[in-house]
Amino acid sequence: MDSTLLVIQILNGLQLGVLLFLLAAGLTLVFGIMDFINLAHGSFYMVGAFFCATLTLWLDSFLLALLLTLPLTFVVGMVVELLVVRHLYQEDHLQQILATFGLILVADTLVHIIWGPEGLTFALPEILNGQVTVLPGILFPVYRILIISVGLLIAVGLYIVVTQTRVGMLIRAGASNRRMVEALGVDIRYLFTLVFGAGAVMAGLAGLMIAPITEASIGMGNEILIVAFVVIVIGGVGSIKGAFLGALLVGLIDTLGRSFLDDMLKLVLSNQAAETSAPAISAMLIYILMAAILYFRPQGLFPPKGR
Amino acid sequence: MSSSTPQYLARHWPAFAGVLVLLAAPLAITYWDQPFYLDVLMRLMILAIAASSLNLILGYGGMISLGHSVYIGIGAYAVGIPAYYDQYSGVLQLLLALGGAGIFALVTGLICLRTRGAYFIMITLAFAQMMYFTFVSIEEYGGDDGLVIYARSDFGGLFDVENSIRLYYLVAACLLLTLLLVHRIVNSHFGMVIRGAKSNEPRMRAVGFPTFRYRLACYVISGMLCGLAGWLMGNFTGFISPEMMDWTRSGELIAMVILGGSGTLLGPTIGAAVFIGMETVLAEVTVYWHLYLGLLLILVAKFGRGGLGGLWQRIRGVR
Repeated sequence: MDSTLLVIQILNGLQLGVLLFLLAAGLTLVFGIMDFINLAHGSFYMVGAFFCATLTLWLDSFLLALLLTLPLTFVVGMVVELLVVRHLYQEDHLQQILATFGLILVADTLVHIIWGPEGLTFALPEILNGQVTVLPGILFPVYRILIISVGLLIAVGLYIVVTQTRVGMLIRAGASNRRMVEALGVDIRYLFTLVFGAGAVMAGLAGLMIAPITEASIGMGNEILIVAFVVIVIGGVGSIKGAFLGALLVGLIDTLGRSFLDDMLKLVLSNQAAETSAPAISAMLIYILMAAILYFRPQGLFPPKGR
Repeated sequence: MSSSTPQYLARHWPAFAGVLVLLAAPLAITYWDQPFYLDVLMRLMILAIAASSLNLILGYGGMISLGHSVYIGIGAYAVGIPAYYDQYSGVLQLLLALGGAGIFALVTGLICLRTRGAYFIMITLAFAQMMYFTFVSIEEYGGDDGLVIYARSDFGGLFDVENSIRLYYLVAACLLLTLLLVHRIVNSHFGMVIRGAKSNEPRMRAVGFPTFRYRLACYVISGMLCGLAGWLMGNFTGFISPEMMDWTRSGELIAMVILGGSGTLLGPTIGAAVFIGMETVLAEVTVYWHLYLGLLLILVAKFGRGGLGGLWQRIRGVR
């Protein structure tokens, strides 16, 4: 394998990794603090993409659209929390699955009604369209570098918020002992709404960043959501650090597997056997990884303490 | 239950009426020449088998699998892949469907059942998605686009299912057998252990039951029953694609189980009927019928403990 392709695929893997992290962070926070399984988390990813696509087409500015989309998805997230999710914290996981599955159907249909069955595409501004030299002789799209940087920045920011600030302290306290925090006079329900909204924003950000590369389409969040679940299961449900490392691991393994597995298999198998089996095996890689990790550590790599 | 036969009939008359309607339906459908409804009923019954198999682990065993449609896919591919090589032997296809589903359930069950709660949900989901992407990536069998099956399973001169009405009765027989089997299982010693492990597993272990093995066996049986549904589905649709095992299909199965009443014998069948009924009626009126289904599911999750089956039991004052 040649090294240029390797560097590029590592960067692509990182890009997938940070997108997965943005989705997984919200999932794992909501699950860790509120013990709530949100199958509809991918819908925020879709909503972010559609809002941003429409606003970009209206305002003719990706940056403005981005800045407007984030508060909009925050509001959507909080409204969903207030209307539906809040009433399900006390129910068991099965009811939560049923309700959030219902939410997916509602969200997908509403998007269908508002934007029609076709996907939406939009162009990036000129400055983001170019390539940059990442290593001598290796070019990589500016925009993808931007995605990776934004993702890493958010990861650092989230880590600081959760570990260093008062809100973060309350979040952690709420996760380990909700009643005690309430007894100390903190309105935990208000905190939940905020955290849910924040999760929605991060998912929306991931969706709007990927939309110029792929497109905004109905159900786009439903597939990547499962991979985000794999990420938090590997990382340990409820752990931000686990979500981050799990996301990068899954992103890299998936991307590298898809591009290099056939070459590696050719070392042990015949050319034809390698070429036919590689796509199937690389599609299974992250799940095999998950199964292997869970076999030895049923709580994932970084199970949160105190639960 | 030691009630006499007339009492038994009186208490369960809706079930017997349902069986009679299902058995007589093809006559009415042929009489009024509405083959569309034969298809609707067949799909309903196949989904009822799948939902009943899910109910066995979810409703009675407390194992919330969000990847159950993978077994429909395995069963259907067990028809499609041999057919691709011109192998139409029904016995072979059926064995492949049951065996494939059983082996997949055994291998994934060994890992899934080590975990609890939310982890179990997510892992069953992930394994199903793994199969989905695997079949998407196998170009030979059509990848994303799937395969067309040109002929149904062949049982020699024994039983010809090319005729849709005969296939209908085969499906109906499979549904009745599934319900009978589930009924026998949950009321057996084995079923008691499964139900006991749902409500208090440490206690069951303390009493001396190796609950892991019991749960694994239950998980495998459930997978095989759903594989049977998949085998019927492959024969019925004459077309297979990875989309059959997409996780949203599993979500629909869960919706059917809860809608009808999880942990009740007929709940999943009622749920499948409601689901297919809504689809058939609402889809005529609006393309956006999923909106109403979604809202219904949200409401059922919040207010509808026990689903429609539970409601019925409350009305009848049973338990």
